[in-house]
Amino acid sequence: MSANREIENLIELMAKLPGLGPRSARRAVLHLIRKRALLLIPLADAMQEVAATARECLNCGNIATADICDICQDDRRATGELCVVEDVADLWAMERAGVFKGRYHVLGGTLSALDAVGPEDLRIPRLIDRIAAEQITEVILALNATVEGQTTAHYIADQLDGQVRLTSLAQGVPIGGELDYLDDGTIGAALRARREI
Amino acid sequence: MDWRDHGILLSMRRHGESAAIIDVFTEAHGRHAGVVRGGASRKVAPVLQPGAQLDLQWQARLEEHLGSYRVEPLRSRAAAALSGRLALAGLNAVTALLSFCLPEREPHPVFYRRSEQLMDLLGQDEIWPLAYLNWELALLEVLGFGLDLSRCAVTGTREDLAYVSPKSGRAVSGPAAGVWADRLLPLPPCLRGEGPAPDREIAEGLRTTGYFLAEKVAPALAHRPLPEARARFVDLFSRRL
Repeated sequence: MSANREIENLIELMAKLPGLGPRSARRAVLHLIRKRALLLIPLADAMQEVAATARECLNCGNIATADICDICQDDRRATGELCVVEDVADLWAMERAGVFKGRYHVLGGTLSALDAVGPEDLRIPRLIDRIAAEQITEVILALNATVEGQTTAHYIADQLDGQVRLTSLAQGVPIGGELDYLDDGTIGAALRARREI
Repeated sequence: MDWRDHGILLSMRRHGESAAIIDVFTEAHGRHAGVVRGGASRKVAPVLQPGAQLDLQWQARLEEHLGSYRVEPLRSRAAAALSGRLALAGLNAVTALLSFCLPEREPHPVFYRRSEQLMDLLGQDEIWPLAYLNWELALLEVLGFGLDLSRCAVTGTREDLAYVSPKSGRAVSGPAAGVWADRLLPLPPCLRGEGPAPDREIAEGLRTTGYFLAEKVAPALAHRPLPEARARFVDLFSRRL
């Protein structure tokens, strides 16, 4: 394989990343080559390291570099609260906010009739096991406010009914949101969930 | 080729990074799929929830192409259903059954209007199950498996109709059923549009329509199993009894 062919191969691979196309991948590769010491070599090292160590946490489904992730190993996070999310990206979003101090459980998807995803395809049995094993007192269903997300939430609620306190995220006006731009469904949900001030 | 219509969104799946392929039950064009450019974007994706009522403009170079849609939301039904367990299960059952049963691009304007009325009743848990049962009867009719509940298949009488024959889909009166009664399906009065339709009768009716969907419709559709969403709705409804 010629040097050019190797670079073309890198461009082709980069172009498959989300948000990148052939042109932007070419620009990114050119930038990396120009910043070889500063970016390309550290990036290649980091990717190699992650490729060798990244795996799913056996307990919660988070992505970690060990069998059990840092969150599950941290005793300070054993608050009795368990936040159920659809995907690792949702877990990372919750962690970015820095407001939740308990542990997580990543389902790995939602129930979907269209894609034939049933309860056995998600980490629901493991969730039920964890509730007993980790003395969970509250399960927070932080699933997307979509038909599939809420169908999954109701299913889990049915499975855990009576075992533990079940809560879900509120739905309504986002911070910085203007009523004029909200859809009627969100306004309705916000009005139903109104509270005294 | 282009047309404008309105319809009920049945499903949406991402196509590439920003587009989506939607499946819509339209009034004049039946169940019809198409690409929505930007359909997976943050702005448009929340609109493309199953059950949404959409204004649609479809365009393609040739009739047989998948084509692309321009969509505008008319009303969202998901928001009303998300918080209600039964309503959400009902919405899933209707959209899944329509996707499962209806052939593509075959218009059913009367059944479409019936489906739209049913969807508009979502959230009214007291009357919705009966409306849903009647809708399933209409669905069987559209698919060519309509039940004849007007008179007894054995004696021809219109009195004491209590069963449905699983073979012919015709009503059977109580006396005519005789020793075969336990092999027949229930025919509650609400299935014939009579009586106050208590939940127990609706559940019996769903058992009967469910039989024909599973044993007649599904085998005709390459033996695919009935969507799980229907069983979940029936299960949730049964818990109300």
